[in-house]
Amino acid sequence: MLIIHLVILLALPPLLLGVIGKTKAVFAGRRGPPLLQAYRDIAKLLRKALVISETTSWIFQAAPAVTLVAVFLAGLLVPFGPSPAPLAFSGDMILFAYLFGLSRFFTTAAALDTGSAFEGMGSAREATFACLTEPALFLVFIALAKETGSLSLTKMLRSGSLLFDAAAAPPLVLVCIGLFIVLLSENSRIPVDDPCTHLELTMIHEAMILDHSGPLLGLIEYSASMKLLVLESVLVTLALPFGSGVAAIDSCIFVAETLVLAMAIGVVESVMARLRMRRVPYLLTGALLLCGSGFILIVR
Amino acid sequence: MSFYLIAWAIVLSAASGLPLLFLKRRGRAARAGQLAGTGILVIACVAGFVGAASALFEPASVSYILPWPSVGDGLLGLDPLSAFFLVLIFFVAPLSSVYSLGYAQAGRNPRTSRRMQLFFGLLVAGMSLLVIARHALVFLLGWETMALSAYFLIASEDEKLENRRAGFVYLVATHCGTLALFGMFALWRMATGSFELSPVSSMEGGALCGIVLLSLFGFGVKAGLMPLHFWLPGAHAAAPSHVSALLSGVMLKMGVYGIIRMLGLLPVLPVFWGVLVLALGIVSGILGVAYALAQHDLKRLLAYHSVENIGIILMGLGTALLGRAWGRSDIVALAMGGCLLHIWNHGLFKSLLFFGAGSVLRATGTRQIDKLGGLIKSMPWTAAFFALGAVAICGLPPLNGFISELLIYLGIFGGLSQSGTLAALTSLAAPCLAMIGALAVACFVKATSATFLGSARAPEAGRGREASASMLLPMGVLAAACAAIGFAPGLVASALDAAVGSWNGKHALALPGIATLAPLNYIGYAGIALVSAAALISLAIALRRPRRRRELGQSGICRSGPTWDCGYAAPTGRMQYTASSFARGLVGMFSWALKPSPEPTKLHGAYPAPVVLETEVVDGVLGRVIGPCARVLGALSRRARRFQQGLTQQYVLYILLALVVLLLTLIPAGGLSGLAAAK
Repeated sequence: MLIIHLVILLALPPLLLGVIGKTKAVFAGRRGPPLLQAYRDIAKLLRKALVISETTSWIFQAAPAVTLVAVFLAGLLVPFGPSPAPLAFSGDMILFAYLFGLSRFFTTAAALDTGSAFEGMGSAREATFACLTEPALFLVFIALAKETGSLSLTKMLRSGSLLFDAAAAPPLVLVCIGLFIVLLSENSRIPVDDPCTHLELTMIHEAMILDHSGPLLGLIEYSASMKLLVLESVLVTLALPFGSGVAAIDSCIFVAETLVLAMAIGVVESVMARLRMRRVPYLLTGALLLCGSGFILIVR
Repeated sequence: MSFYLIAWAIVLSAASGLPLLFLKRRGRAARAGQLAGTGILVIACVAGFVGAASALFEPASVSYILPWPSVGDGLLGLDPLSAFFLVLIFFVAPLSSVYSLGYAQAGRNPRTSRRMQLFFGLLVAGMSLLVIARHALVFLLGWETMALSAYFLIASEDEKLENRRAGFVYLVATHCGTLALFGMFALWRMATGSFELSPVSSMEGGALCGIVLLSLFGFGVKAGLMPLHFWLPGAHAAAPSHVSALLSGVMLKMGVYGIIRMLGLLPVLPVFWGVLVLALGIVSGILGVAYALAQHDLKRLLAYHSVENIGIILMGLGTALLGRAWGRSDIVALAMGGCLLHIWNHGLFKSLLFFGAGSVLRATGTRQIDKLGGLIKSMPWTAAFFALGAVAICGLPPLNGFISELLIYLGIFGGLSQSGTLAALTSLAAPCLAMIGALAVACFVKATSATFLGSARAPEAGRGREASASMLLPMGVLAAACAAIGFAPGLVASALDAAVGSWNGKHALALPGIATLAPLNYIGYAGIALVSAAALISLAIALRRPRRRRELGQSGICRSGPTWDCGYAAPTGRMQYTASSFARGLVGMFSWALKPSPEPTKLHGAYPAPVVLETEVVDGVLGRVIGPCARVLGALSRRARRFQQGLTQQYVLYILLALVVLLLTLIPAGGLSGLAAAK
């Protein structure tokens, strides 16, 4: 079981980027890059030489590694489908959320380490928006903990089966919508951030990594895709609680579900424009309120 | 045995300022006096630390009688809760004293060095005394020794107007607090019949309410609870950095100790009080960090973070009170354990951060972070320690701040399994704590990066040079302690169990051990795995060898150049994002509370004139409540001044009038006729 989990966690992420890219290409009437392009990009970056700014320090070089490890550890805490996560204990969701906090600390500090104004902008926006997504995530956690009476992600996310119960479903639906917005924001997707523009003024995540190159950039791209998978798996396990009881088939179903969700993200990115920067807090506050209403409905 | 060690520690630390007092102010003699004083203090604190650490695990609480005939017997006592706070005092104080050897060398500061040494020792002695006091007057003796020594330390560099004002505000604030404490102990005497501080099983409602409110106010002033924090930023910024470290890391905790101790002595409080303390904690936490974000001054920023951390500590305490009201021993153990551990943790990382800020201040001469930048190159060790402290104070794994926040979270989540809507609603504190955490990350990324990363923004930042060994050593010890609690949280579990058990006293509810309730082992292993894996990956990248020359191009595996800056070829330090711009979005989000000064008018024309943008966030309580009130009071007092002319004749007249009034009051109620009738 652990091996299947590790294989999915390590091998699947770049494919999600490929699926999103392909979906957007179909919408735009293009052929688009091959599905496996992200793997090639990362492999190429890992082999390339590094250019490091003279202004930077060890924090700039340590940040990609810390981010990757933090996201990987978070990936061990979340269940992929119905089978339990490799690491499950009471209170694991707190560690889960704070690992992303650690990666954010280092990513934003590394961006400021270059002394570039653009990267400063990106890092300020990242830090600002996280102040709304983190409470939203914890609202999801207390809602699910109240629903299931458990403090471990593996059990909390099983409450998805209540989605088919007409009485218990409404709060969970609200929570799932809120979680989807958190997913888009945390992974720097449209409508919060645009992962495709490569000029500086509009962006959050891409602006922070302008000065990273070679293997460091490869690590960042890889951990960004892994973060997408990890947060997707929270939503997928909760909102699409389908399983057969056989572990291998369940894993296949899970992989298919994450790909479907990646397509959904691609659809959102194709039909929407990025929000103006000052509108983003409204969207995130909306997510906060959705999750909060879900919790209130459960408590009521 | 442990009690005598602690008693000796108190006496010795109180005397540690004496050698310098009798030596010359300048030159070698002063240096020798400072070394001797520090030596005495360190020996005292080591003895006290050993005593306190062993008392943590002594089962029964011991009491000792200090003969003090005029007030009855002054009781002293030692239980694990007192020992828990003593450990913090005796750990941070010697480090802070060693730090001062490099930071404030006696020979170079002839005017201030004597009083700093003297009052530093007295501050340590006062704090230790109040922690072991079991009698209201002994407690107040320790309390006032602490409060007044702290005043002289805060105002020690009194040649600056700013420092004198900060000292005055502190003095007024602390005495308002003490006044409330006098009232509180008077009520205590009325309700229990003695000044002795021992647990009571029942108390009449009105007295109970009064005692809780007065102790929340009186101790809250000292702890820096949100509406009562107004003295804190100024005082911490004005004090010399090693003193700021002790004030923020330890002295604020004495206020918390007072609240915890009094609430532990009282009978089980109704749910309302738990909710109140929890709400106070949330307000302190969120507004504290919001104010911190708006600061440009490194030490003021750290001071506001103390307000935030006191908020987190109170959130733990409030949850523990709720757990006690509900009769849930698991919530009490987790939340109170988290509260107490955060008290230790905040003492460790906040002292570390103030030491770091002190080194920066000493090297560059400025506390304004928008003038700094790039100091990691000239002060690598200070920068590394400060960064570690920053990660720890944000409550991020794998360091100690995460452990205590995790325990508090688990306590809060415990309310979910309690029946009732109110109980479930108290768990809304969890998202609030998450928001505090995210804001703290933003604030410390801002502070660390603006100070140490990037490049210099002003000439001041070019003056950075590494601190001396006597300043780096205390930072190293504190950093190691932060890491140790983070990587091996099981080490502190038994200390927490003992202290929580002693707080809960006879209300127990057999408490389950914290190690069985919280996944401390998992967290420790995860932290070790995280750090080692990240280190391995970084090493692998750094030690990479080229495989195919063609792919690497001509310039080798790793080369350096200027920051790309989207193609702009000549970036300068002044073009960097400043700390103020970094925080602007969040400050805007909290503008309803912070009320930042308005932004200047827009630029006009094709060739606009230069415009300077200065933003300042005034402390809401001090600037908008206390300040105006004090002005009104001052205006009223000026009216009263006309009675004081300095003329002897006038004063004789006052005496005469007073005599007449007094004589008139002697006339019985029936008037003169009644007097005659009595004859």
